[in-house]
Formats: sequence, structure tokens, C-alpha cells
Amino acid sequence: MSQGSSLIEQIVDRYDRDVGMLIPMMQDLQAECGYLPGDGLRALAKRLDVPLTRLYAVATFYASFRLAPKGAHEVTLCMGTVCYLKGSPRISQAISNEFKVAPGGTTRDGLFTFQVVNCMGACAVAPVMVVDGKYYDGVSPASALEVLYELAANETVADKEAEP
Amino acid sequence: MTVLASKRLSSFSDLQRMREELLSLRVPSGRSIHVCIGPGCVAKGAPKLYDLFCAAVKQSQADVQVQAKAVGCHGLCASGPIVLVQPGDIFYQQVEEPDVAEIFRETVLGGRVVPRLLYQDPQTGKKFEAAEEIPFYKVQQRIVLSQNGRIDPTKITDYIAEGGYSALVKVLTPACAGASLPLRQQGMTPEEVIAEVEVAGLRGRGGGGFPTARKWRSCRQAEGAPKYVIGNGDEGDPGAFMDRAVMEGNPHSIIEGMLIGAYAIGSSQGYIYVRNEYPLSVERLKEAIEQAKQLGLVGQNVLGTSFSFDIRINRGGGAFVCGESTALMASLEGRTGEPRAKYVHTVESGLWGKPTNLNNVETWATVPHIINRGGKWFAGIGTEKSKGTKIFSLVGKIANSGLVEVPMGITLRRIIYEIGGGIRDGKKFKAVQTGGPSGGCIPAEHLDARVDYEELTKLGSMMGSGGLIVMDEDTCMVNVARYFTDFLLAESCGKCTPCREGLAQMRHILQGITKGDGQVGDIEKLNDLAEILSGTALCALGATAANPVLSTIRYFRDEYDAHILDRRCPAKECRGLFIYQIDAEACKGCGICLKNCPVDAITGERKSPHVIDQQKCTRCGTCWEKCPFTAVLKV
Repeated sequence: MSQGSSLIEQIVDRYDRDVGMLIPMMQDLQAECGYLPGDGLRALAKRLDVPLTRLYAVATFYASFRLAPKGAHEVTLCMGTVCYLKGSPRISQAISNEFKVAPGGTTRDGLFTFQVVNCMGACAVAPVMVVDGKYYDGVSPASALEVLYELAANETVADKEAEP
Repeated sequence: MTVLASKRLSSFSDLQRMREELLSLRVPSGRSIHVCIGPGCVAKGAPKLYDLFCAAVKQSQADVQVQAKAVGCHGLCASGPIVLVQPGDIFYQQVEEPDVAEIFRETVLGGRVVPRLLYQDPQTGKKFEAAEEIPFYKVQQRIVLSQNGRIDPTKITDYIAEGGYSALVKVLTPACAGASLPLRQQGMTPEEVIAEVEVAGLRGRGGGGFPTARKWRSCRQAEGAPKYVIGNGDEGDPGAFMDRAVMEGNPHSIIEGMLIGAYAIGSSQGYIYVRNEYPLSVERLKEAIEQAKQLGLVGQNVLGTSFSFDIRINRGGGAFVCGESTALMASLEGRTGEPRAKYVHTVESGLWGKPTNLNNVETWATVPHIINRGGKWFAGIGTEKSKGTKIFSLVGKIANSGLVEVPMGITLRRIIYEIGGGIRDGKKFKAVQTGGPSGGCIPAEHLDARVDYEELTKLGSMMGSGGLIVMDEDTCMVNVARYFTDFLLAESCGKCTPCREGLAQMRHILQGITKGDGQVGDIEKLNDLAEILSGTALCALGATAANPVLSTIRYFRDEYDAHILDRRCPAKECRGLFIYQIDAEACKGCGICLKNCPVDAITGERKSPHVIDQQKCTRCGTCWEKCPFTAVLKV
């Protein structure tokens, strides 16, 4: 049995093969792979005996599912009302322009995936950006770019160190 | 053997003994340091502070017992990270890593206050030592949030020591009875529980405002089994984080409320549906349920009685519409979150077609307080039809942003000026947006309106889940309407036509207006679309989606007219509907704007005032952002 299908077995068993737990299963699959790979979805659909279209419907309906691999880092910018009022559209614009990446996309070099979300519940310290789980509060276009440049710089250093 | 060492509480007296033991372990002059780990403080680095305090406690040779606690949200999030030192309730704000050593040495060990870190009133300049003296807290009435900032949400023992699960005991067993009484001899019958909640006049805190007791009773009387109860923690409204603070700050209050509700309704299986963007809430609730299960407070035969109840956590997928009850249930069944028409109520046919009672997590967290202190006490707070207190997240262009819990019936003015400290940076108040994306904007002339379900609806807004977003003179109300319409369009599930197509048309018109392409007659078109939408949409998302547009037209018609007739944005927010100019007196001729202008529209000699060529200027705003002397003006 290949590694991929044993992962599906594990996930399905975790929820007693309960089709009602489809969303948590897909969340687990995404947590393992970073995205929802086509093979995985097909295997899951087969195992649960539901049409693949249903999994695809769920995957495209909910914002948290992704069907493509993500970048090395995850950058999430809040576009909730308060962040919006306090200037997050300008931050989004700055990131898009500087790194040539649209919200929802990944930079060409795979450095980071850029997402915008509607509120992370940290409105009191808006605008908020989260990079790999670390919160940055009160960001401005300039300070946001600075954080991302640092990511890029660390990445280059890591690459160089990895070379013999 | 002590109860603390035993694994399971098999009777009410076990719980009581455990509480006594926990309290006896507390040193009377107990010194403790409480580090807030609410969302705002975490974003500002509170977890690191907590680690540093823990290390300081460990290292200190002092022969006093000191405890460092990570506690739930204090509310005054804008001043975070917040650290509270006991005894004395000394409130420190904006604490940074280097301050840890000083607080530990001076306050914890030495009993002296560090004035530098105290909260200072922005208006009077007065400093406050204890939390309750601060105006932000003084006007509030904290019931649901009363234990936030005091208990460690990761420890069930903290909750129990503070009297947690006593309401459950009151419901399940008489004061000093043993373990294995049959249900009918227990403390309160399910009907009595429902009657108590009815006396309290509790209404749904998620926004709908439906009487909780009536919902419970319908579900109890509905035919079919099993019955389910659901805690709705899919807090989707941008600008609102009340539920997050309760789930992360005091998860056991929700669990206790659900246990009581399940007992009253006759359910043995519960779900809590938590928003995908709140991973910490999921973690906290999971941990709390696990601890409650180990002690026998959740699961088979709760506290040794014949009542059993289990709770499962489901993480949302990131869809706003799933806050709607039928969509949420569809999501729990593993389907796309599309609402259905509610000809048949969910209390009769909800999850898996079974009777299902869904309440917001804040509603659930209120229940134990009502049982403990009585429905009459709760009904004594608030207005005729809106009882008790409500948590709001007070955010936007306001001096003190954060979570506030106030009695119903308080005026918006008191919340904004007395608790919130007024508008930031000396700007002028323009509107407060209540009720989330499908709420409305309330202008200055209605600031004396009382916070009450009916009153807010009358003003064209609604209570909603409790976001209060304050907007100042720099906010363009047409753009606000466009923002919310954009949001709702993106979050519309697309099932029914008025919502899917109507919102798209409204967005199209609003976009035109904010770009300067508005036409005479646009407002009438918007009104027509809004009317169709609210009359024909399938669910509450669609039915209320026009509120932001309608309320801004109602109160800020002049701003729409300025955009459409004069091609001018009075708040100077809509690009292209105002120009940038350099104030010759303020300009120092530093050349920063000139260097940064992407289209070379700025000219001027060094050290003399610069000028913007309006023909070349693309209104990108770079000069306005970069100018260190605020000499670039929007006119």
C-alpha cells in the first residue's frame, strides 16, 4: 500500500468513517499535505463512497481549502472592517505590487502564499498581518514590506548555508 | 485520598470537596501575576512576557508563593500587553519584555507600584493603579466576562475554585444529596430550568435576539430523538471578537451552559462549531472538554447522575454564511454551507433531521450566571425587552479599543465617550456601525439611542453579535457601504438569486459612485434593489444585506450626492474624487515626495516649497504617505 493511501486510511479511521465528518477529514488532509492533492481527494471519495464532485464542492465552497501547494511561508493580511478602515487595502496593494502576487496566490519563487481574510478577531490592534502564525500588529505598507523582505533575506541565507 | 488526586468526580460532594481543597491551597496573601493572552495582547507579544514571568518566579529565592498565570482577555486590548499583579489588582499596560524584571522586583516582591506602566487617562492625564478605578472598566458591568483576566483558561481547577460548575450542580442535584438519585428527585426539573431562563428574559446573543427559553422549550417539546444542542462559535462578523474572547478566556463557562441547556432540552450530544480563523479557540475548547471529561463533568453519567452529555468540536471551513443556523448544520453534516428556507424550524428538524437547539456561545456562557443568581436578578438589568448585559467589541477610530460588557439600555454615547474615551487623535465622530456587515451605520444625532434589540432595529441597524465599529470624519460612508456589499457578495453562498445577483448589481453601482462615475438615479436603483433583496432572500444574510447601503443612504445622503453630483468625496477617501496639494508653509523642501513620486508630477528646489502638477498626478497618495511634515494635503 502506498504512503498516500495509508494516510487516507488513517484519517478516515480517525472519524470512524463518518461521512458527516467530511470537513474535518479534509482539514486533516490539508494539514498533512499543505493543500488538497487530487489523488488524496479521489482516494478519500472512494473510501467514503461519495462522489468526488461532493468533495470538490466542499473544497471550493470553503475559503480555507486550497487545491494548489502553498509557498514556503504563509502571509495572511486581515481585511476585516477595522483593518480596512485603518488602511489594510493599501498594505495589500503594496505587497501585491512589490512581490507580484495577487491575494490568494503564491509568489513565483514560492517564497510565500499571500492570503487576505475577513477578520482575525484582533481588531483592537489593527491592521494585523500574520506570518507563519506570528502576529504583527499596527502594520503599515512600509513595515509589512520590511517583514516580508526579512523572510526573503533569511531564505537566501538558508539557501547559501545549505550549499556545501 | 484527596479529591484533587482522584481522577473522577462521581458526586456533587466530590466537586464541593475539590473546590475546598483548591481554595485551601491558595496562600491567603497569595501573590500572583496575571498575563493577558487575549487576541490583542498575544499579537503584541504577551506569550513571551508570560514565559519571562514564569522564569522569574522559578528563579526567585523569595519565600513567598508566586504564581504566573496566563489569563483570558481583560478587554482593554489597545493598551496591551496587559499584566495584572495581585494583591492590589495593580494594572499595568503596554508592558514590554524589559519591564518584566522591574515589575517582578518592585511590585511582586517589593509591593511598590511602577508608575510608568500604569494606565493614564488620555483626557485628564490621571493615572490609575487598580483596574476597577479605570473609567474603561468603571462604567462596565461584567458578568459573562467577570472571570476573564482572573482565571487561567487552560486549567479547569481555576474555574472550579472560582465556583465553576456550581450552576450545573444546582440543576442536577439538591444541595447535599448523594450521587445516585434518579432524575426526578434532582435539584431542578428541565421545565424549571427553562422557566428560570424565561424569567431572566435572556435573548440570543448571536444577533437574532430570539428568546432563549422559547427556543429551548420548542426543542424540548419537539418529537424525535436524539436531540442535539449546538454552540455557535462561528464568529464571522469582521470587527467582532467577543466570542473569541469567551472561547479563549473562559471556555468552561460555555461548556457549563451547554450542559445545563442539554439537560433542560433532553439532549445528550452537543457540538461547538468554531470559526476556522480561530485556531486557539479550538485548542482551548478541546483542552477544556478533555479536562471536563476526565473529571466526569462531561460524558457518561455527569457527576454520578443519570444525565449524560458529550460535546464535539468542529472547525469551520472559512465561510461567513455558516454563522446562519441552517448553513452551520449543513456544514456539520459535511456539506457545503448553504442555508435552507426555515418553513420547518431547526428545533423540530435540524442537524440530521433531528430536533436541534442552536445558541451562540455567548448565550451559553450567560446561562450559568442566570442559574446561580436567579432569573429575577438577571431581568433586573437592562430594558423592558432586552435584559442583562451584552459584550461588545468596541473598535475602529476610538481611543480605547477593546471588549466591553455593558448593561442593555446604556446609550451609545456612554459606550463611545465614557468607556471608549472618545475618538482618536481629536477627530470628529461620524458614525458607529453596529450589527456586523449586515448592520447599519448610526450617525451622531442618534448617539443617545439606547442599546436594545428593538431600538437598534428601529434605527435601521441591529444588535447583531456585538461589533461596534466607530468611524470618524475621515471615513467615507459610500465607501463603507461598498466595502460591506463587497464582503457580503463574496460571502453570499449563491443559492438564491436576489442575494447572488442583487448584491452584484448593488456593488457595481456603488463602485461606480466611489470611482466618480455615479449617475443621477443610482440611489433610487439601490433602494429598489435593497427592497427586493430584503423581501425575497432565503436567509438572514441576504435579507439584511442591504442594511449598510440603506442606513448610509438614510443618514448620509449628502455624501452620496457629493460623489454623484459634484464628483467629490467629502471624506477624501475615494481616489480621484479629491486632489493632493502641498501646503507651501508646512513644506520644508526636503525632496522626499519628489523622489518617491512614480510619475514625476512634483517639482521644486531643495529647501523651498514643492508643487504638484495636477495634470500629471495620478492621485496615488505616495507623497501624502511619505511626507514627514504632513505638508501634503487632501483637498
